[in-house]
Amino acid sequence: MAGTRMLAIMAGLACAVAIAFALSGYHLFQLTMVVTYAIAILGLNIVTGYNGQISLGHGAFYAIGAYVTAILMSNYDVPYWATLPVSALICAAFGFAFGLPALRLGGLYLALTTFALAVALPQLLKYPALEPWTGGVQGIVISKPEAPLGLRLSGDQWLYLFTLAVGAVMFLLAANLLSGRIGRAIRAVRDNPIAAEAMGVDLALLKTRAFAVSALYTGVAGSLGAIAVQFVAPDSFSVFLSITLFVGLVVGGVASISGAIFGAAFIVFVPNLAEQVSKAAAGAVYGVILIGFLYFIPSGFAGMARRILQRMIPQRPAMLVRTEVGVRENGHA
Amino acid sequence: MLLEIRDVAMRFGGVVALAGVSFDVGRREICGLIGPNGSGKTTLFNCISGIYRSTAGSIRFDGHLLTGAKRHRMIGYGIGRTFQNLALFRTMSVRENILVGAHHFGRAGFIASALRAPGARAEETSARQRLSTVLDMLELGAVAEHLVASLPFATQKRVELARALISSPQLLLMDEPAGGLNHSEVDQLADLIRAIRDRMAISILLVEHHMNLVMRVSDRVVALEFGSKIADGSPATVQSDPEVIRAYLGGGVHAQAA
Ligand SMILES: Nc1ncnc2c1ncn2[C@@H]1O[C@H](COP(=O)(O)OP(=O)(O)O)[C@@H](O)[C@H]1O
Ligand SMILES: [Mg+2]
Repeated sequence: MAGTRMLAIMAGLACAVAIAFALSGYHLFQLTMVVTYAIAILGLNIVTGYNGQISLGHGAFYAIGAYVTAILMSNYDVPYWATLPVSALICAAFGFAFGLPALRLGGLYLALTTFALAVALPQLLKYPALEPWTGGVQGIVISKPEAPLGLRLSGDQWLYLFTLAVGAVMFLLAANLLSGRIGRAIRAVRDNPIAAEAMGVDLALLKTRAFAVSALYTGVAGSLGAIAVQFVAPDSFSVFLSITLFVGLVVGGVASISGAIFGAAFIVFVPNLAEQVSKAAAGAVYGVILIGFLYFIPSGFAGMARRILQRMIPQRPAMLVRTEVGVRENGHA
Repeated sequence: MLLEIRDVAMRFGGVVALAGVSFDVGRREICGLIGPNGSGKTTLFNCISGIYRSTAGSIRFDGHLLTGAKRHRMIGYGIGRTFQNLALFRTMSVRENILVGAHHFGRAGFIASALRAPGARAEETSARQRLSTVLDMLELGAVAEHLVASLPFATQKRVELARALISSPQLLLMDEPAGGLNHSEVDQLADLIRAIRDRMAISILLVEHHMNLVMRVSDRVVALEFGSKIADGSPATVQSDPEVIRAYLGGGVHAQAA
């Protein structure tokens, strides 16, 4: 089973690379944004899907990451790739500092506090005293990265492949994290905090660190997004971005790694689709599609994919397992 | 003495759940804790494992003062427990549920886990070895990959016990392990409790309404009523103690056990 999964991942990755040579221009840009949002949604998923802490303000970390990259590139001439680790560290630090007090609130209060952060941040970015760095309302324009010398790739192709490579590494690291000791603890805290604590999990520490990692992921996505769009401005990061990420999380599948990719594809393509259906009522069409999705596949894309796979790959019949357990039940020591 | 409970009191607003309870649990001893519903047994468990902070008194365990200690440290001191109403991780498999019980052995943090550093992998390997031991002991191997929530109640109870055992406790707190089990399952549970004590050389504090079970497996029995201790001694003496018989209204202990 692990082998099949590995093969599927490699095949998917190979397809994703091949697409770079089949598409160009705007379509490639859209795919770059899919990968970018997938990383952002994965970040949100770590804290909301896996750890059960609702954040309605992850757009704020996306914005911070985007601004860190833009400021470093435009004010300090740092190469685009070198801004990523800096952005990662700064966003993790923000996540940790914000999480420390906010996580004490928990539940719906945390959801509202993060929401408040997302509402406040665009205003903060417009603050006159910060203008030398943030560019105020105008924002910052940054230059488009070129493919490294010797690679015969267009700028769009290079940007897509670069983003894809960063995304692949981050997904791998997240998969490792979530399947090991820490990942089990993260999920245990969501399912039953009292039992998790009795099993030796330091709740406050674990939640804060999970929040920091989550902010790191979404922040790096913000950096990649800024590089792809070549522009940051306060109004690109309204609360709507946070809600959009949340939509991607739910549509893709809560607590699913691959679901983040589906969710990202949804939030990139469906608004365009809605616009094509009706320019005048694009918002309404989007709403209807969203409700339709939630109605027909309540467990998200990832849940649906899992069910289809289960139907295709023959499994031990459930009845047989039941009986085995029953026999064991009666005859156990 | 492994566990020393001294004058432990616990009140919730006007309700006195524990009114100053004292007793000891020795090494390798199975101590039964009985009492009518609401007499404070679960509350005492919660005080020992730190979920409640007792309003007075002290609890010492193997030299550590538990009153005031951090909740997530208890398992490291050697206190494992099961819950009266199951407290499993519902969305996780049996294997993962049990492995959480081995969390405190590990040191690998976020970075080491994400990178699968050699240290993290070594820890995972040793956790898996512990896992296979408890899976065998509790005969859970066949359902290891199942979601706990999909299993029968009795099996879920065994998963909870496995999760407590993988932590290598010195003291195991079991809160009504026979609840919801049928007759033959209770018999098997009695054998299992003794086997755990003998094979792992640990102490067990057992809360149970099923008198037959308590009297069969316990070396000593403590009886509570309205948060106070009313008897403490061998199963035979506690069973025939007039106070205990009176507490278990009309007909006494034997009627309850039926
Ligand atoms: N968290 C709580 N808040 C208020 N009262 C409680 C709480 N926990 C227990 N009690 C009260 O304490 C008393 C003892 O309860 P408990 O320890 O559950 O009894 P037992 O386990 O012996 O049946 C009961 O009167 C119960 O209502
Ligand atoms: Mg109880």
